[in-house]
Amino acid sequence: MSTQTPSSASAASARETTEGTVYTVTGGDWDEIAQTAATSDDERIIVNMGPQHPSTHGVLRLILEIDGETVTEARCGIGYLHTGIEKNLEFRTWTQGTTFVTRMDYLTPFFNETAYCLAVEKLLGIEDQVPDRASIIRVLMMELNRLSSHLVCIATGGMELGATTIMIYGFRDRELILDIYELITGLRMNHAYIRPGGLAQDLPPGAVDQIREFVKKMKKNLPEYDKLATGNPIFKARMQDVGYLDLAGCMALGATGPILRSAGLPHDLRKSQPYCGYETYDFEVPTADTCDSYGRFLIRVEEMRQSLRIVEQCLDRLQPGPVMVADKKIAWPAQLALGPDGLGNSLDHIKNIMGTSMEALIHHFKLVTEGFRVPPGQAYVAVESPKGELGVHVASDGGTRPYRVHFRDPSFTNLQAMAAMCEGGQVADVIVAVASIDPVMGGVDR
Amino acid sequence: MSDANGNGVNPEKDLGASNLPGQRGEGGEEIRVQRGMFGADNGGDTTGYGGLVRSVRLPGPATRPYGGWFDEVADELEGALEEQGLVPDNAVEKTVVDRGEITFHIEREHLVRVAQTLRDDPALRFELCTGVSGVHYPHDKGRELHAVYHLRSITHNRLIRLEVSAPDADPHVPSLVSVYPTNDWHERETYDFFGLIFDGHPALTRIMMPDDWQGFPQRKDYPLGGIPVEYKGAQIPAPDQRRSYS
Repeated sequence: MSTQTPSSASAASARETTEGTVYTVTGGDWDEIAQTAATSDDERIIVNMGPQHPSTHGVLRLILEIDGETVTEARCGIGYLHTGIEKNLEFRTWTQGTTFVTRMDYLTPFFNETAYCLAVEKLLGIEDQVPDRASIIRVLMMELNRLSSHLVCIATGGMELGATTIMIYGFRDRELILDIYELITGLRMNHAYIRPGGLAQDLPPGAVDQIREFVKKMKKNLPEYDKLATGNPIFKARMQDVGYLDLAGCMALGATGPILRSAGLPHDLRKSQPYCGYETYDFEVPTADTCDSYGRFLIRVEEMRQSLRIVEQCLDRLQPGPVMVADKKIAWPAQLALGPDGLGNSLDHIKNIMGTSMEALIHHFKLVTEGFRVPPGQAYVAVESPKGELGVHVASDGGTRPYRVHFRDPSFTNLQAMAAMCEGGQVADVIVAVASIDPVMGGVDR
Repeated sequence: MSDANGNGVNPEKDLGASNLPGQRGEGGEEIRVQRGMFGADNGGDTTGYGGLVRSVRLPGPATRPYGGWFDEVADELEGALEEQGLVPDNAVEKTVVDRGEITFHIEREHLVRVAQTLRDDPALRFELCTGVSGVHYPHDKGRELHAVYHLRSITHNRLIRLEVSAPDADPHVPSLVSVYPTNDWHERETYDFFGLIFDGHPALTRIMMPDDWQGFPQRKDYPLGGIPVEYKGAQIPAPDQRRSYS
């Protein structure tokens, strides 16, 4: 059944079996390697941190070469959460795409959805037709999302330092935001709320009041982070000069977001390449010049304050109006409404298509099953997500499904900087540095 | 096929007809000819759309002036390449302006030189590369695999796109890691998904898929996979088996 191929003692021998080729790892050099390792006087060891470790933000594997307490080399192993979302998108309609992209970086769903929808709208050439109200609500949701993402970053980052209070605070405040999401979209995560052409539905009654209530509460809560952490000597001792990456390093490694701004460059796509009408909002881009984890923490806290400012401006601007483009060939035919059996097509719409207008029924059926066509070409749209530049490259071949969608996720790119931040530092500082990158594996692996 | 169907349009000849889905008119470059509409190829399609012929055309090369700052970037790039003794037409295969974005299609052997120029020339200064995205056009013979780079200039607040193509038979593109180290993981990802080999990459290994994975999942001939599911008594086919309205 099997044949043994002759081979030297040091190479793996192979034999063919009915199951395929089987390699037998033998070789005499292992004794030699073990002996060298035993006799060498340094304490150089290689440690696998993760993929299942509470401090690695999901399934991230850190491979550290350690000499005593010093990290001499650091590498990342990723891909444990790869779900093939980009491939899946090629087999769904353009509208169904939002359901997938919202799950990429699951802490910034509204940024994924907005970036994807802006790219589809650019391909369709309907950027100018998106109603103002839809754009304002998009900005509103994105800024709330920036708050919730930064809160998780600060909370888990604090927890990894052993500061459980800050973790409780962060998740307490995030819960308030998730309640708002739930009220508006029906879900705490994975919303698929922003759709090509506008939004899935308008704000429900009471949403504006609840957001105002939240802003009031958050303004009271935000200073608590300063009191708890900003001036805290232990916190500062752990964060300052840790995870150092200067501007040249950021540019070379493509790091964006708080990491780039902690190196002193006030680069923010909301200011430099505004989208969704960001040029009309009044806010600051905070920077630091420390290039370290502490600077990134300060930037995140300040960005949360600025986000609250933008949220307030959004609420003041909201005027009644449509939240979907007028083009009936693109706009989803029904607004969602809450019925006795949950969220679904509004009863008025059902009555219309089932009882009154056969044309409307055909139209609804065509748009829902077939979808709309997008003229061939490609587009790149980038938004400033809480983690940096979230870019979407979309190519269409004129069909009802995306030909190719690629997400340039900031977590993925920023995580490359881990080695530059950690090598030469202490093992304990690796955790601080990784936390200051704020990687979310859903976005890294997609 | 008769000369004209009920619409007075012969899809075989009248590729510019505006009442056919997804058309962009005569212009552009044909990458594929699409037949039918419902993805059905073994009979059973009684809709009459089975005879539909659609040519898939991507936006074609633009002519000067490109408009806005596009001309400035193109001029500076051409000038800088000439200074280095390169004929710009040899390096830049064509320039496409579409939807407010400019794309330089670069010959792959000149990619590193062009990228280096774009990064270093003070008038260009595209200091941030946002990585590489692969696209697979299996019917575009000789240029099946595309690598698409987006370069951002923070100094001048601009964004351009570089596109390089390689045939399936020789899937090699020079690596840009020496110019933009950020492309390290991005190129590994594109290799992992498309099988594009980036020559000169320090360690081109799989990054998302397991090391011993066979095949390149994002290629168009790689199946999505999936199993049919039963819902309320009916079999719902797997996503890649469903009717697709291509």
